[in-house]
Parts: sequence; C-alpha cells; structure tokens
Amino acid sequence: MQLQTNLKHLITADDHKKFIEENENVMVCCGRMGPMCIPVYEAMEELEDDYKHIKFADMAFDSPDAHVIRNAPECKGFMGLPFVMYYKNGKVAHASSSILTPQQIKAVLDSKLTK
Amino acid sequence: MNNEIYDVIILGAGPAGLAAGIYASRAKLSTLIINEGAVGGQLTLTEEIANYPGVETTSGYQLVTTMKKQAQEFGCKIKSNRTITRFQLEGAVKSITVNDTETFQGRTVILATGGTPRMLGIPGEQEFKGRGVSYCATCDGDFFNGKEIVVVGGGNSALEEAVTLTKHASKVTIVHQFDQFQAFEYAIEEAKANPKIEFIMESELRAIVGADTVEKIEIEHLPTGNKSELKTDGIFVFIGYVPNTEKVKDVVMVNERGEILVDPEMKTNTPGVFGAGDSIQKRYRQVTTAVADGTIAALSASAYLRQ
Ligand SMILES: Cc1cc2nc3c(=O)[nH]c(=O)nc-3n(C[C@H](O)[C@H](O)[C@H](O)COP(=O)(O)OP(=O)(O)OC[C@H]3O[C@@H](n4cnc5c(N)ncnc54)[C@H](O)[C@@H]3O)c2cc1C
Repeated sequence: MQLQTNLKHLITADDHKKFIEENENVMVCCGRMGPMCIPVYEAMEELEDDYKHIKFADMAFDSPDAHVIRNAPECKGFMGLPFVMYYKNGKVAHASSSILTPQQIKAVLDSKLTK
Repeated sequence: MNNEIYDVIILGAGPAGLAAGIYASRAKLSTLIINEGAVGGQLTLTEEIANYPGVETTSGYQLVTTMKKQAQEFGCKIKSNRTITRFQLEGAVKSITVNDTETFQGRTVILATGGTPRMLGIPGEQEFKGRGVSYCATCDGDFFNGKEIVVVGGGNSALEEAVTLTKHASKVTIVHQFDQFQAFEYAIEEAKANPKIEFIMESELRAIVGADTVEKIEIEHLPTGNKSELKTDGIFVFIGYVPNTEKVKDVVMVNERGEILVDPEMKTNTPGVFGAGDSIQKRYRQVTTAVADGTIAALSASAYLRQ
C-alpha cells in the first residue's frame, strides 16, 4: 500500500525502523490521500529542499504495518488524520494529529529536529 | 531582488489562480503563481467533485493535479508554501516579497487568495484539534465509531456532513446559532429525517473541555443567555469560510466582509491589479465560478498589458 506523493514511502514496519535508526532527524506523515493529509505531504515536499539535514517520508495509514505509528504511545488519543511523527536519533521527539500549515511544521522542525 | 519582471503574478493556486495561470501562460505571458499554502486551495479539501462540467465525478486532488499540470505545461511557474511578507501594488511594476528574502516583480497582479474555513475561536479548539475537534468528516469520521458527537453549523456542509457522520457515530447533535438553517431544502429534510440526529438551535459553543481528548462542551442559548454543558466525544466544525484578504485589504478596496471589490472585468480599484475566485465579492462560490473569474482576470490582465 503506497500513497501518491513525491515523498519517500515507508511500506513495511522494517522500512520504518531502518529509516528512523539510520537517520538522525526524521519526519513521517502517516495518512491517506484525503483533504487533511494532502496539504501536509505537499508542505513536506517543499520543505525537503530547505531542511537537508532532515529526512522526510510518508506511510499509508491503512497499511497493516502502519501500526508502528497508529499504536505508538505518543499517538494515544489522536482522532484526526494525519498522524505526524518527528524522530531524533530513532526516538520520538514530537507527534501531532490533524492538518498542519507549513509554518506549524517549520516551528517543530526548528525546535525539535535541529542540526 | 529577482531581475525578471513577470507579465502576470498570481497570488493563490486554487482553481481561480490555476485557471488564470493556464490562460495567461497560454497567451505567452510570463506568469508566476505564488501560493501561501498547498496548491489547489479548498479544492484539496473536497473529497468528491461531481458538478464540474465535462469531468465525471472525481476527487478534488485529482482535478487540482490536472489543472496544475496544464498550467505548468504552458510555461506557468508555481511556487507554493511561501509566505508573502510585503507587497507593493502601485505603479507600473509591482513587487511581492516572500519569506522576507525573495522579491518578485510583475506588471500585473491577480489576487486569487480564496478562503479559509472559519474557526470557532473558543477555548479548547486549538488544544483539542486532532483529539476530538475536526474539520473533515470523511477524514476523521472513523475515529468516532459508536461515539456521540456534535456538529457545529447550519449550512449545506454542516447538514450534509452530519448525515455522513451518522454512519460512524451513535448520535450526532447539530448546534446552530440561528432558529433556521441556511441550507438547501433537500439537505435540511435529509438531516431532519435521520433518527440519529438531534438539534440544538439558537445556541453557540463557548468552550471545549477535556483532559486528553474532548469530554464536553459549554453551550450558550442565545435568546436567554442560559449556559449548559453537553457530554461529547468529538466536535466537527462547518461554519463557513472567511476570505483570505487580510494581507491585501489595505492595498485594494474590500467590502465590510473583507471581500475584494472588482468590476465585471475583475479589475480592482488599483490599475493592473485584478481579483478572482472566492476572495472577491460575489454570491456563488464554486469551482466553476472560480475558474471563470480566473479566466476573465487573466484576459483582462492581457488586455491591460497591451494598452
Ligand atoms: C469541503 C468543501 C467542499 C466543496 N465542494 C465543492 C463542490 O463539490 N463543487 C464546487 O464547485 N465547489 C466546491 N467547493 C468550493 C470550491 O472549492 C471553492 O469555491 C474554490 O476552491 C475557490 O477557488 P479559489 O481559487 O477562489 O480559492 P481557494 O480554493 O481557496 O484557493 C486559494 C489559494 O490561495 C492561497 N492563499 C491564501 N492567501 C494567500 C496569499 N496571501 N498569497 C498567496 N496565496 C494565498 C491559499 O493557500 C489557497 O491555496 C467546496 C469547498 C469546500 C471547502
């Protein structure tokens, strides 16, 4: 199961594990091709150029392997797509639920995923 | 400062801006679209478009993707997710600064900045966004399976989405500020006929309260001022749109609702500056009317450049 974006796609739980372990700073948007998610994917695509020290990826919310995000303790109580995860050195640095503006994303990147 | 002077700079890449981009670039005018959010505007918030002539039912995302491709194929440049920090719209050459760093110059400017969903602006709304407060039934409905929820609003979107949400929720309470709905009759009838839907009229939400997620809301009954509480698991907000004209309202004339005033050729009161789409004063806000406005604005800009 794969989303129609230009981001790197994380398909399996193993992909996800490897990606966050191998990269110091990671942002993953876990969603569907829906109205609340598309603006976030697009903002991430635009931000990729400006934040070279951060790796960006998506994961399809409905894929069984996305349980690594859906069931993460940091996502307890989340009731809005997308679930957005920020990882630093393989650990969750921040998580959010529902649509985000580029400004809101930048604020987290600048504070939680510094060089 | 970028040295190139574009023939047309379009602010906004919703249907109005993209249509203007298609027409202007196809007329061989050098054209740049600068967009503050995601390309597509409200169209990306639209799950299904069934009333765009010549296109069978499709998703808003699909329609936007095609419009964007068309514009780019004619040579239109698109820069999205930029923040406009300064304008200069007077004179023969206008300039627009983005992110305080890059300045673009154009001989004409089309303002196609559209609209943004109106927020409740009450305590708890931001805090519980994604934790019980939602603005999209199709996106988040399945997080509320078997739960009791509130829909705020009384227009077509509120009533149609309330009916959609009854597929998930055990009970939907519509809270509306007036004693009547501002929706088409069919939407009102459908909502009223649904046994899972209840109504609280002439009332407004005052606060959203909870610990980790939403637990209850505070409601004021407007005619009496009486306040009450209602237990709920979630709130879906559909209370209309506000024009995105905060940044331009001091440089072109707007009405009391902040909508840009244009003549039938989409000209604003500033020479060389045009308006199009949901951000202008008009009655019907649809994709078809937005692309029509964008078309007229681009053709008018082209005529202005020939003068
Ligand atoms: C949920 C929903 C369902 C709908 N369903 C339908 C439907 O079925 N059929 C139909 O015909 N219509 C529908 N509509 C209405 C339709 O989407 C709008 O009328 C149309 O998108 C308006 O187009 P626009 O280009 O004027 O504005 P928008 O679509 O609002 O686009 C404006 C763009 O400008 C950007 N912007 C804002 N401020 C600035 C700035 N200062 N500088 C640069 N860019 C800026 C925004 O980020 C946005 O990308 C629906 C709307 C919604 C919200």
